[in-house]
Amino acid sequence: MLARKQQNMDPEILVSMEDVSLIYGNRSILDGINIEIPRGKVTTIMGPSGTGKTTALKLIGGQIRPASGSVVVDGLNVTKLKRKELYELRKRMGMMFQSGALFTDLSVFENVAFPLREHTDLSESMIRDIVVMKLHAVGLRGARNLMPSELSGGMARRVALARSIALDPMMMLYDEPFTGQDPITVGVIMQLIRKLNDSLGLTSIVVSHDVAEVSSISDKLYIISNGKVVESGSPAALQESKSEWVQQFLHGRPDGPAKFHYPANDYAEDLIDNAK
Amino acid sequence: MQNEVVNPIQGIGRKVINSVQRLGRGSLFLMNTILAFPSLLKEFSLLMKQLFSVGVLSMQIIIVSGLTVGMVLGLQGYNTLVDFGAEDSLGQMVALSLVREMGPVLTALLFAGRAGSALTAEIGLMKVTEQLPAMQMMAVDPFKKVVAPRFVAGLISMPLLAAMFSAVGVVGGYIVGVGLLGVDGGAFWSQMSSKVDLYEDILNGVVKSIVFGWVAVWIAVYEGYDATPTIDGVSRATTRTVVHTAFAVLGLDFILTALMFGGA
Repeated sequence: MLARKQQNMDPEILVSMEDVSLIYGNRSILDGINIEIPRGKVTTIMGPSGTGKTTALKLIGGQIRPASGSVVVDGLNVTKLKRKELYELRKRMGMMFQSGALFTDLSVFENVAFPLREHTDLSESMIRDIVVMKLHAVGLRGARNLMPSELSGGMARRVALARSIALDPMMMLYDEPFTGQDPITVGVIMQLIRKLNDSLGLTSIVVSHDVAEVSSISDKLYIISNGKVVESGSPAALQESKSEWVQQFLHGRPDGPAKFHYPANDYAEDLIDNAK
Repeated sequence: MQNEVVNPIQGIGRKVINSVQRLGRGSLFLMNTILAFPSLLKEFSLLMKQLFSVGVLSMQIIIVSGLTVGMVLGLQGYNTLVDFGAEDSLGQMVALSLVREMGPVLTALLFAGRAGSALTAEIGLMKVTEQLPAMQMMAVDPFKKVVAPRFVAGLISMPLLAAMFSAVGVVGGYIVGVGLLGVDGGAFWSQMSSKVDLYEDILNGVVKSIVFGWVAVWIAVYEGYDATPTIDGVSRATTRTVVHTAFAVLGLDFILTALMFGGA
């Protein structure tokens, strides 16, 4: 059964989204996007807020299903998997949520140990060693007895990262990892994403709108706007993009193809009408 | 003119469709929850933890309320019965009122206010803070880990809390009737034991409390799980839990009472 859901694809590509569309109510969130995530690389999906970046991540994780198109992860068509098969695939994925999503009733240690206890039969001493190693990798070995409420936002994300890599996944999904963090934390998380990707042989997919940060750690960038991929390529190639929209986005210009003003009638007429 | 006629009809239609959709989602939710029950055999500690927070922590309000209601029943019952010289039947009146009606109904309403709202808020906030999606992404089923333990804890706790409410209520009635108003203690207990039937009264009361328990805990966990993942969404879900449970319990109480005692 699983074999029928396996797809032939370039072995260098781990994730392939082909002609994927998603509609909520009357609103089109994604409109026929094509994305290919190469193995072993850090790929970032960028774009303005509310443009469908996180939705793309949820499609890859099988949290939502597209209206049309296919999402293939490691040769498996996620859209056609049954729940049990999807859960098997997810054991090989790690995801760091924007808020960290730590279990508030469990300590840092127990949070990281959670996937190990759920999916392995390891002894308690083995679990302890793995948890300590994962926490050491994110620099929080000394914080293992703290509760999530005692952690700063940056620490919570690092613990979430340690938890995500507890089962040694093949790929990591990062949802807005830098949002709301101070510069030091941003630097730490940037370094961790790159370092863990290379040292653990992961494939990383980052969703973000922090241009400078992701450009420095990514091998490949996709820029999404209004549910479509408007540009893709290496960070250097995108800097050379001829698209005015891409240039406006990358350099954070307040006005350009993406207008500063919300559509309205003529300003002068608006004032004159009021005077009348 | 046409809109004035069509709009209200559309509004009614939309509400009906929404209600049917919610009922459908709620039924699927209940089915998934029941399918997750066997997993509790392997993770008994999760159930124990929830039994404490849902059952044990609700005992205080149940005991205090049961005692107060029993005392009021004793007082009001005495004032009515004494006019007929039937104050010796006070024990019977207090016990039947509590066991048949007030125990199951008031316990369910208090349960919705104390434990039900807490369950909704807890599960809803787990959704807001992305703990439920995180669990799913770790290939762990929230129905087994979060929903089922709370559901079963509610099912076990409700009949026990209702029994406790009735028992404490009888003591409250005794304190007022016998202790303060001078009703004969022997008559109080003997009338009660001879007139309260194990099957017709106590067992029917237990059946009621089990049914109300199902409904109250189903509404509570479903509202939390289905809440819009925002602070406002959780607040609304918590309110809905209390209001819907009250309506459902009072409506079901009438139906069950009619079925159990209607022909008597």
